[in-house]
Amino acid sequence: MQPLLLHPDPPPPALVHALDLAGYAWKAVTLADGTSAPTPEGGWSGAIVAADPDLASALLACRYLRDGDPPTTPVLLLVGAGELRALGEAREAFDDFCLAPFQPAELELRLARVLRSAGGASRPELVCHGSLALNLETYQAAIGGRPLDLTYMEYELLKFLATHPGKVFTREALLSQVWGYEYYGGARTVDVHVRRLRAKLGEEHAALISTVRSVGYRFGQSRWGG
Amino acid sequence: MEHEKDYVLRTVEERHVRFVQLWFTDVLGVPKSIQITPAELEVALDEGLTFDGSSVDGFSRVQESDVLALPDATTFQLLPHLADSIPTARVVCDIVNLDGTPFEGDPRQVLRRALDRAHDLGFAFYAAPELEYFYFARDDATDGVAAPVPLDHGSYFDLTTNDLGSTLRRQSVLTLEEMGIPVQYNQHEDAPSQHEIDLRYTDALSMADTIMTARLVVKELAARRDVMASFMPKPLAGVQGSGMHLHVSLFSGGTNAFFGADDPYHLSPIAHRFIAGLLRHAREITAVTNQWVNSYKRLIVGYEAPVYISWARNNRSALVRVPPTKAGKPDSTRVEYRAADPACNPYLALAAVLSAGLAGVEGDYELPAELATNLYDLSSDERRSLGIGALPSSLADAVDEAEASKLLADTLGEHVFEWFVRNKRAEWVAYRSEVTPFELRRYLPTL
Repeated sequence: MQPLLLHPDPPPPALVHALDLAGYAWKAVTLADGTSAPTPEGGWSGAIVAADPDLASALLACRYLRDGDPPTTPVLLLVGAGELRALGEAREAFDDFCLAPFQPAELELRLARVLRSAGGASRPELVCHGSLALNLETYQAAIGGRPLDLTYMEYELLKFLATHPGKVFTREALLSQVWGYEYYGGARTVDVHVRRLRAKLGEEHAALISTVRSVGYRFGQSRWGG
Repeated sequence: MEHEKDYVLRTVEERHVRFVQLWFTDVLGVPKSIQITPAELEVALDEGLTFDGSSVDGFSRVQESDVLALPDATTFQLLPHLADSIPTARVVCDIVNLDGTPFEGDPRQVLRRALDRAHDLGFAFYAAPELEYFYFARDDATDGVAAPVPLDHGSYFDLTTNDLGSTLRRQSVLTLEEMGIPVQYNQHEDAPSQHEIDLRYTDALSMADTIMTARLVVKELAARRDVMASFMPKPLAGVQGSGMHLHVSLFSGGTNAFFGADDPYHLSPIAHRFIAGLLRHAREITAVTNQWVNSYKRLIVGYEAPVYISWARNNRSALVRVPPTKAGKPDSTRVEYRAADPACNPYLALAAVLSAGLAGVEGDYELPAELATNLYDLSSDERRSLGIGALPSSLADAVDEAEASKLLADTLGEHVFEWFVRNKRAEWVAYRSEVTPFELRRYLPTL
């Protein structure tokens, strides 16, 4: 997925936070007179322009994007309620707008909508289970909106378990499915990683991965409601 | 490997990591780090990062001094305790020669070699340490000359900070858990300001990385509160020192190779021979598990540290203890090697303990009888008649034992072995040339 362009640099922290959690790749650039935005390989998937600190420069940035070669679309404008009136004359400069301060859910919906209608980036592939969310494109995981700092094997194990909820796996099965090679640790490695994952998930979520006595591990609830 | 690399690079991008620390360890167990930017990381993951090894203790060689730090992508981890400043991650490195072969001076390679050997015999080696350490008031004025001041007894600390040590320990435990390092127990130890963190078992290579990480986290969190955390084996005379009891076990496939259902101790023949190996080679590996002049001030009679070479189930004076396991939990069968201290190089110490045990397994050593009596109470004649040996009583003795040990030479490899013996001899010479406060106090007025 190509990144979104954010204007200005640095972008509003709330925007960064919302995009990171939703799993969108982005890069911040300040678009000003005479500067041309460096275009990443494969181009931008779209742009979000924040009218912060002022609307005039934001609208100017929108026009640069629209008149660029190639033009960058779609453009979503973040604007304060007090500036809505001034938008009328510049309607053609953006594809949609979102009121700032914004609700993350609204921003995500509007972004997904304009991206879809522009045929651009689709919402990244997500695996969700309760408050756990895994973004398979960016390799990021979050629980209750809190990003998890996982090592590669912890991520792979969590991904495997979360994509097979309710199913019980033996240690050997997990070792061959997730690790796929013989590791120093042998089958006990699975136990070690499960413990590490539980520690990172935190006490209140540690039960997401349950130990099935003398068999192995299961993610989420049993299919039999146990 | 490609996926792991991808994962690391994506995470750096997504989490806006600004710095990546490449971690490795010198021969004495001192952590080393090269900080790079995300832009340099991709190349480092592919090709490694060249640096001059001659500036690192134990890495120097006669001819080529350049070596490569090659990140082990599976160890990539964000550092949560640094997150409030600049997002920073670490990745542990193997050190390799410019032609890509393992660098013989790298302690992590020493442990890898020992684990490979265990693997060839069909075993995976697991370890869980009990890390003991002290918190002291930071007083730069004393410059290490005066005795350190424990936090709980620091007279100029008021009541509200009396619990600072416990607060710091809890913070350390939480940080470690955030980094995926599960902690089994944590507690205040017997001595003033002494604390203990017991880590849950993992494979030995991960555990050596983990011990390095834990020591850093404990020290950094303390330093932020202007407190000094120290893993020095015996910082205070008259109270017990800091050990690092190592709980170890061998697994064969998914089962604990130390468990024996029919044995009165619930130990398998492999466990018997492994313990016998530990006992027979204990003197040879002590220079590695207890590598400082100060280490031997902990290994004295009367402070719960092992002095004599024996094993037992419930005997705090034994060198090797077999902790009782709960019925129905054969997987927790393990032996506890009680000599090591937390200031050792964990890669070398785990390699040495594993090699000593495996020598017993391969050589079919016979396990001597359990000694349940308190060994401290026996006279030297009684000990001699029971055939109980003692650990080396000084670094000098320990280095003599080490130098004559084929087992240790094979385990460490020629490069590390020779450098280590040379370095430890030099340390002993430096220590001998000091006139200590003990001598001044005792001799100056009267002689």
